Amino acid sequence: MQDFKLPSLGADMDEGTLLEWKVKAGDVVKKGDVLAVVDTTKAAIDVESWVEGIVHELVAQPGETVPVGAVLARLRASGEEVAGPSAAAAGAPREGVVSPGVEGPIAGPVSGEPAPVVVPRQPPTTPPAEPSVAPVAPPAMTRRPVSPVARRRAAELGLNAEGLAGTGPQGAVTLDDVERAAAGAAATVAAPRSAPTERARLSHAAAPAGVASAAPRDRGAEMRKTIGAAMARAKREIPHYYLAEPIPLAAATAWLAGWNAQRPITERVLLAALLLKAIARAARKYPEVNGYYRDGHFEPASAVHVGVAISIRGGGLIAPAIHDCDGRPLDDLMRALADLVQRARAGSLRSSELSDATITVTNLGEQSVAEVYGVIYPPQVALVGFGRVADEVVADSGSIRVVPVIHASLSADHRVSDGHRGALFLAHVRALLQNPAELAEETT
Amino acid sequence: MSEPVTMTYRDACRLALQEALQRDERVFLMGEDVGRYGGTYAVSKGLLAEFGENRIRDTPLSELGFTGAGIGAALGGLRPIVEIMTVNFSLLALDQVVNTAALYRHMSGGQFTVPLVIRMATGAGRQLAAQHSHSLENWYAHIPGITVLAPATIEDARGMLWPALEDPDPVVIFEHALLYNQQGVLPADFAGVDIRHARIRRPGRDVTVVTYGGSLWKCLEAATALASDGIECEVLDLRVLRPLDDETLLDSVRRTHRVVIVDEGWKTGSLAAEVSARIVEQAFFDLDAPVARVCSEEVPIPYAKHLEEAALPQPARIAAAVRGLLGREGS
Repeated sequence: MQDFKLPSLGADMDEGTLLEWKVKAGDVVKKGDVLAVVDTTKAAIDVESWVEGIVHELVAQPGETVPVGAVLARLRASGEEVAGPSAAAAGAPREGVVSPGVEGPIAGPVSGEPAPVVVPRQPPTTPPAEPSVAPVAPPAMTRRPVSPVARRRAAELGLNAEGLAGTGPQGAVTLDDVERAAAGAAATVAAPRSAPTERARLSHAAAPAGVASAAPRDRGAEMRKTIGAAMARAKREIPHYYLAEPIPLAAATAWLAGWNAQRPITERVLLAALLLKAIARAARKYPEVNGYYRDGHFEPASAVHVGVAISIRGGGLIAPAIHDCDGRPLDDLMRALADLVQRARAGSLRSSELSDATITVTNLGEQSVAEVYGVIYPPQVALVGFGRVADEVVADSGSIRVVPVIHASLSADHRVSDGHRGALFLAHVRALLQNPAELAEETT
Repeated sequence: MSEPVTMTYRDACRLALQEALQRDERVFLMGEDVGRYGGTYAVSKGLLAEFGENRIRDTPLSELGFTGAGIGAALGGLRPIVEIMTVNFSLLALDQVVNTAALYRHMSGGQFTVPLVIRMATGAGRQLAAQHSHSLENWYAHIPGITVLAPATIEDARGMLWPALEDPDPVVIFEHALLYNQQGVLPADFAGVDIRHARIRRPGRDVTVVTYGGSLWKCLEAATALASDGIECEVLDLRVLRPLDDETLLDSVRRTHRVVIVDEGWKTGSLAAEVSARIVEQAFFDLDAPVARVCSEEVPIPYAKHLEEAALPQPARIAAAVRGLLGREGS
């Protein structure tokens, strides 16, 4: 038996609200299957399974807001003994769907905080996917006593009352405890490394729908808060250094024009895809910019998943990843980019895309700014920024030419790399873009 | 009245009777020993001499009989005040109160009302033993068709009788036996009281202590003690036990978020239970702690002084309940 837990879908996520189950007890799931849709403050995300197995029981109910690491469902390997009355009732696999070759339990890569306290925060807004499924006996829970008024006030303030220390009768969380926590929240933000429970205090709980006086959820404001928290953490913890380099694009734009001329509109490739490819290849060569800084040391990433900063209509920002950017042919990369942008704006991203970018790129060229010096998205260690493409006067071999130029910048983590290596990275990006045909085809 | 007057609760009750007898010649008082003896608790002392045997009437030891006679007199156009010695004895008259007085308006389709006032003593604390010491206010507060009052202060003892007499339907007034000797000041500007609303007797921000009758003073004593520890109790005197004044009650609860209900009745099926239920039904999301109750031990009220004291709500127990709600049991 293994737990399907709520993964962290980014450094700025402390909890999520289960919107919908895509599976029911008894379903066979494969690695990568979407099991649930979870609402973060940024978007509704399809959460995938990291393992394969059979859905044993759905622990969380639609409408519940649970902390990162909380058990959403339990999966069992096929053939695993079903123990206990609830398992017998709910977990019986459907006939004929047990795949014989399934391995035993695989350790999931998500090792969230052990916080299996799951407390219903609002009545389910979406009915379970399959109401006809035999009812699942509720799992034994130790419910944290929170007074009714404290619970309501916490929802108004966007605090997670269960995460607070209680001073009331039987250790219950009281109104005063909530107000104190709210008053202390600013101080907590400023703490250099916040403990999990401290961070839980800052989480933004969905207001219970049943409480009339609770403030309506303002996604724009909440997203602004979460972005603010992540960026404040970045600026607090990461010693950024910044480098910039103008990159001539005469070769790249000419080559792209030729490439696109032979293709229907739907298959045309934008410069953005070529830039992504260049970043990914360069990151492969200079691993100091590709990975995570966690627990006091750098963990280089084995793959290059480039996060693409995408502005959300109506405000806000999200940076989902395109997986294995460095190894994809250009047209494949373009399709992935178009798909990602569309799904990000439609709000149907997958959990893996949000959780595992190894480096991020932001492109503000459309807004016609010349340069951008970005803030690194923790725990990543680098961010590449691109401004607009514009004709510039360039001195070239003793003469003056007018060529299209883009200004690239690198924001990198000084704990991991120095300016010298960062400069080599940027120079390599420039060099790659001078040979676009080679860059487009390179896959290994 | 031009000067504030210091008097006992008993004096206030007597002044109220005297005023009613003077203002309305339809008013008369009857009950056991109310005339020649001057009342078991000496409330009606002197009234026989002032108003005569027709209006101050001694009755046989038959609660059922003289309560029924009171109902008849009320139906006939008089304004009787029936005194029953204690609530324990009033059980003999329950049939008349519940099946007749409370029902006539209903049963007659509004053709008859019963403008009857019944006064009775209630409560323990005077070593009168179990058969004279119980608090059964909740029995009456259960009955639709009657108003139930519990004057706890000099002002209410002085002021509640007249509006009760003006009420076209039966009103039962509970006078706590422990209060008769209590002294207080009737203010110079006293202009009567209403019989519809609860009253805040002491404002406070931390806990609402809901009570009535003889327990009010124990609650105020506890509140004074708690104030020295920085705990501010709001003491709410229900005054009217039926119909309960939800508005005042819930308004206080919504400010303090915590409630202790102090009721000399037994906890099971008590008025405290009713008050608690109303709070939970209507102000659940304003509560910061479970509703607490301090009631009498579920035993016949003992005769022995130390046992009687132990059986009743006392300031120390009330204060402990308040501290418990604040998570300050040890302090």
